[in-house]
Amino acid sequence: MLIFELSRKGRCAHAQTPKRIEDPVDLPKHLLRKTRPTLPEVSELQVVRHYTNLSQKNYSIDTHFYPLGSCTMKYNPRGAHALASFPGFLDRHPYQHIKNSQGYLACVYELQEMLKEITGMQEVSLAPMAGAQGEFAGVAMIRAYHEARDDKGRTEILVPDAAHGTNPASAVMCGYKVREIPTGPDGDIDFDALEAVVGPQTAGIMLTNPSTLGVFDRRIKEIADMIHKAGGLLYYDGANLNAILGKTRPGDMGFDVIHMNLHKTFATPHGGGGPGCGPVGVGERLKPYLPMPMVALRTDGYKWETEFHHPETIGRMSAFMGNAGIILRAYIYARLLGKEGVPRVAEYATLNANYLMHRLQKAGFTLAFPKRRASHEFIVTLKREAKEYGVTAKDFAKRLLDYGFHAPTTYFPLLVPECLLIEPTETESKEEIDNFVDAMTKILQEAMDDPEKVLNAPYTTHVRRLDDVKCARELNLIWKEETE
Amino acid sequence: MPFIPHTPDDVQEMLAEIGEENIEKLFDEIPQNLRYEMKNYPDGLCEMEMARVMKRRARKDSGQSCFIGAGAYEHHIPAAVWDIAARGEFMTAYTPYQAEASQGTLQLIYEFQTMMASLTGMDVSNASMYEGASALAEAILMAVRANRKCKNKKVIMPETVHPSYRRAVDTIIGNQGIEIISLPYDRTTGCADHDALKQYDAFEIAALVIPQPNFFGMLEDVDALSDWAHKHGAMAIAVVNPMTLALLKEPSQWGETGADIVCGEGQPLGVPLASGGPYFGFLTCKQEFVRQMPGRIVGMTEDLDGKPGFGLTLQAREQHIRRSKATSNICTNQGLAVTASTIFMSLVGVEGLRNVARQSHANTLLLKQEMEKVSGVEMVFQGPCFHEFVMRLNKPIKQVLSSLADRDIQGGYTLTRRYPELGEAMLVCVTETKTENDIDAYVLALKEILE
Repeated sequence: MLIFELSRKGRCAHAQTPKRIEDPVDLPKHLLRKTRPTLPEVSELQVVRHYTNLSQKNYSIDTHFYPLGSCTMKYNPRGAHALASFPGFLDRHPYQHIKNSQGYLACVYELQEMLKEITGMQEVSLAPMAGAQGEFAGVAMIRAYHEARDDKGRTEILVPDAAHGTNPASAVMCGYKVREIPTGPDGDIDFDALEAVVGPQTAGIMLTNPSTLGVFDRRIKEIADMIHKAGGLLYYDGANLNAILGKTRPGDMGFDVIHMNLHKTFATPHGGGGPGCGPVGVGERLKPYLPMPMVALRTDGYKWETEFHHPETIGRMSAFMGNAGIILRAYIYARLLGKEGVPRVAEYATLNANYLMHRLQKAGFTLAFPKRRASHEFIVTLKREAKEYGVTAKDFAKRLLDYGFHAPTTYFPLLVPECLLIEPTETESKEEIDNFVDAMTKILQEAMDDPEKVLNAPYTTHVRRLDDVKCARELNLIWKEETE
Repeated sequence: MPFIPHTPDDVQEMLAEIGEENIEKLFDEIPQNLRYEMKNYPDGLCEMEMARVMKRRARKDSGQSCFIGAGAYEHHIPAAVWDIAARGEFMTAYTPYQAEASQGTLQLIYEFQTMMASLTGMDVSNASMYEGASALAEAILMAVRANRKCKNKKVIMPETVHPSYRRAVDTIIGNQGIEIISLPYDRTTGCADHDALKQYDAFEIAALVIPQPNFFGMLEDVDALSDWAHKHGAMAIAVVNPMTLALLKEPSQWGETGADIVCGEGQPLGVPLASGGPYFGFLTCKQEFVRQMPGRIVGMTEDLDGKPGFGLTLQAREQHIRRSKATSNICTNQGLAVTASTIFMSLVGVEGLRNVARQSHANTLLLKQEMEKVSGVEMVFQGPCFHEFVMRLNKPIKQVLSSLADRDIQGGYTLTRRYPELGEAMLVCVTETKTENDIDAYVLALKEILE
């Protein structure tokens, strides 16, 4: 039932509307609205019940194990949400006077400082609103750097074939051509292939380390030297920062610019698809180009830094200062962890991933990179199962839902056939991971004994398997009242 | 160990399974010379200690009577909105890739798309963009892609569009060979200068951006602007405040054929000011441009049993499929703010939204009339405004805003930096949240300061 189908003419949530007054008389008639928009006419209880019921049709971290690889679906502390929701923070206008803003600015400044220490970068801007915007900002800074040096021949950004789709898409938005770099058999980047294409046309390379294949690229320092020698810069996609938090730093690996996903590594809620927050950190060379605004600490308090102070900035990513509320939540989380808690995140995320990887291997699953350590995630390939039983990664994913687990990431990275990218995160207990192994083992058995059962899954969700083709062919994107 | 459930026994059993002695061994693929130990970082706090820190900081910023708008507006948000939106099932889910396990979020987005399409008068809506300014940037990129007849990439942008939106647009589309032509405003009306527009009559233009209400709070002659665009083969991109659409003509009705793409900031629909985010941008358009749309789109379909259900659709536009050929790099959007906003729109309904718009407008007129009587205050523009207006003072704005802030009044947004030609001018906003007493207090304080 849609909210519109609950609607009855003349019904209204009266407590939620200011007193009715007459229509304004000073606005020109030809600019006024003549039609009635399609908003439901419902009571407050109907709204509360409808959306509460809808919420219960979701799997979420709060209700289910959610091992979605490369998304770091760890527990989102309620405390961070509650403290960031104090009225003083929620009611603060983005243009509120600086003397009534010292509380918020202090949090921003301190988070900038903490992220510098965690990443080994020289300066951090919290302006980008999501990972993809962070990527965009990073590549735009690389471009600004080359342009400032009048280094015009650099037209290419190198991107490994295992990279997130946002990497090439962001590079293109910055006006670059994308050249894809293959992966070697051990999961590290194909060093020779890389060497063959690096040259005076190379503006930079975008790397995720550990990569989306779940392995740490052991030759990262050599790669950095090679790119730098050719005059290019290195971009670090922080999607997997959780795996190395407090253990090793992108800045020390030789990266010039990085983005972080606060909604992954710093436990802010994913919200059913955002908001995220994608701060960028830079080394010395890219400092002048950071996106604005930032916060500085002066003798008379915290101050906004804007394009008026940093004329070489790549500019602004949003009207105000990005996803401020997410910044607060991440700040609170970062303080709750503290110096000891930060590296522990990487340790237990890695422990959980390696434990789960070993158990699944024992249960008969094929690992994409059996000789490697898992970082905080790893890949199972169901190529054999697909061939022998006709049961694909998608089928496994759907069947897992019946067993009460959200599916891992499927069919990404694209280069591993029938893959499941599995990331348990540090906040899951051993028991939960064991239960997941049991479910995977049962599904594997089902695939052998009764593949139809897996092929038609799920059975226990609010809807059964959905028709994607119909969804795209017979576009139905908005509700329309049926007229007789 | 905050948020980590492992007991020492767990750790030992797990390591035994892996066949290692300690956790440290699991990091042995990271070269030793790259290892790091944290130094300059504060010690951890428990939730109670952290609450103390945050309470103190929140208090420093609170207790303000807000008369600033400039793209972010204080409106009443029903308690139910965030109570429901913050349910863990909404808040801690991710992008609904597994549709069968995400019907709650997907149906909600479908309802959201219906509401936004209807408010703006368009055929389709996406599932949201980050916020208003970046939504405008994406709308421009979309228009340039969709306007296949137009060979160049010139886009006209009135100076009456929010200056920070224009900056963000420059940043986001700066490297794509698009030329943004700045259209000046009329100093009397505070609206886009139609005479200045005439000089582009002979040009090939890909798109014209039309704000309503504009940054100064004034109402643009949207019919004339939209018709100019279409007459010259340009797409008409509307940038609107969705709350005002309860009273103002929806962009599909602008001029003879209506705007082609509509975008804007969704914050007035149930999202708190919260220092500027997370908000959400919206993007709606005519059916024919749907395949040029960036971002997530939800469609209705059926399951194996023929039962209706919802899923992400037209994904071939997106970066996770299309990679370097995607319509945009956007991945994560602003799902949670959209959740709040959908609940908000359901709760207030058309009547509620109209009353909010009417009351905000009436309050603004009241303050404007009062200010006109104060000596040292001058209205800068003539003509109808919605819920913001520009006034010039006989004292430096910086000093005035500071003095008002000392009285816990956030008096407005200074225009001295972005529009120096207007002199000591500021933009003031009054919403339905202000009472006559609040308005009187503002007038009184300003009188004292200007004397």
